[in-house]
Amino acid sequence: MAVSGAAMVFFLLFHALMNLVSIFSESGYEAICEFLGANWYAVVGTIGIAALMSIHLVFAFILSWQNYKSRGSDRYAVVAKNEGVTWASRNMLVIGLIVIIGLALHLYNFWYKMQWSELCGNEPASGIQLIKETFGNTFFSCCYIVWLFFIYLHLSHGISSLMQSIGWNNEVWEKRITAIAKVLSALITLMLVSVVFYYWIIY
Amino acid sequence: MNFTLKIWRQHNADSKGGFETYKVEDIPPEASFLEMLDILNEGIVRKGGDPVAFEHDCREGICGCCGLYINGHPHGGFKGTTTCQLCMRKFKNGETIVVEPWRAKPFPVIKDLMVDRSALDKIIQAGGYVSCHTGGVPDANAVLVSKHDADLAMDAASCIGCGACVAACKNASAMLFVGAKISQLELLPQGRIETEERVKKMVAKMDELGFGNCSDTRACQAVCPKKIKVTNIARMNRNYLWAKLKGKH
Ligand code: HEM
Ligand code: FES
Repeated sequence: MAVSGAAMVFFLLFHALMNLVSIFSESGYEAICEFLGANWYAVVGTIGIAALMSIHLVFAFILSWQNYKSRGSDRYAVVAKNEGVTWASRNMLVIGLIVIIGLALHLYNFWYKMQWSELCGNEPASGIQLIKETFGNTFFSCCYIVWLFFIYLHLSHGISSLMQSIGWNNEVWEKRITAIAKVLSALITLMLVSVVFYYWIIY
Repeated sequence: MNFTLKIWRQHNADSKGGFETYKVEDIPPEASFLEMLDILNEGIVRKGGDPVAFEHDCREGICGCCGLYINGHPHGGFKGTTTCQLCMRKFKNGETIVVEPWRAKPFPVIKDLMVDRSALDKIIQAGGYVSCHTGGVPDANAVLVSKHDADLAMDAASCIGCGACVAACKNASAMLFVGAKISQLELLPQGRIETEERVKKMVAKMDELGFGNCSDTRACQAVCPKKIKVTNIARMNRNYLWAKLKGKH
């Protein structure tokens, strides 16, 4: 969980940085799109991320099922909220499944028309053109913002949790790690959201 | 003070349980939660009924026997407090209080509010000890231990094994308990030697007994009557990963 999650966090960070380029330089963004077209390294990367996602998903179900069973047949009649327990941390599976739905939409909007189309031997759509079309549409922009919010929720718990899973938390760093996790997840999300807003409202 | 109690009654592990409602009246505000249950039981016994079974021993927060799940919180959810240390004045007069046993697959109900927590003992038996000869009492300065480590070891050692962490965790995970028991030994020179074997054996036992996995919600830390911190879980994870990577000695 932690390793696949961490790898996806790095992927998302790079993804967000690349998207930001589109605001500053359209030709720069087109160059990135071309670089990540149907080349062998881009295809290997895509397969790698798909594999990570699948591993993460399979383990998410195994882990959640094991944890569900551990409570036993009688469940509590009353469950109160405990101090310092975030909603996100209790609902990671549901949040993750919502993220997948958004991902399906996103893959269809971009990947299918770009890398997949190129792999099929067609001319890939222009990245910047797709951005303008997709985020020019209010409905899609709203979907993306909701989706990114759920990604934020998932990461806000996921990043500090993964530090805990691999044992990098300690008494001195506890508060700092929680803070770093919050800042990092907010930063990644804000970078992605800003591109949506830019092409939806400002552009 | 007067209260309405909804208490889980269950004859034994195999029978089906359910809630029963009781009214208790004229409870002194300074009575502890267990004393309030004593008063309830006196009334039940006087009427020839079957008293509510609950576990207790020291009644001063050191033995870890008295775990009850009160209004959705282990030990009632007051900071650093066991059920026996919980005063009735913390509740509102006339309040309805729901009392359930710890619920976890490895903690079968013995009767009513009493569960079998021997699974925690089995985890300790799997490796929560020091097996080397430590000799006589060493000279105070012979083995140097930093104040920082000594404090952390003492904090971890304050775990009374009540099982509130398991009860609070949505995954019924015992990792706060196991993390504390591993940390108290790992942080000190005599205990550190066997850390790798110990962590592998204790974690394997914990999984075998059916406890869940930590997903870092930190409910355990919030309800622990001894305020054991989740950083002990990180320490255990760190030791476990390291032990697994190194493999057999
Ligand atoms: C495919 C949809 C996804 C599902 C169903 C899913 C589900 C889960 C679940 C159930 C957990 C364990 C939660 C816990 O420990 O409480 C988890 C952890 C995590 N997820 Fe996801 N997730 C998904 C997508 C993602 C994505 C896209 C990322 C990163 C960009 C991500 C990053 C993480 C991280 C960092 C963790 C923490 C790992 C740990 O605590 O050791 N997840 N996920
Ligand atoms: S009875 Fe000993 S801790 Fe409560």
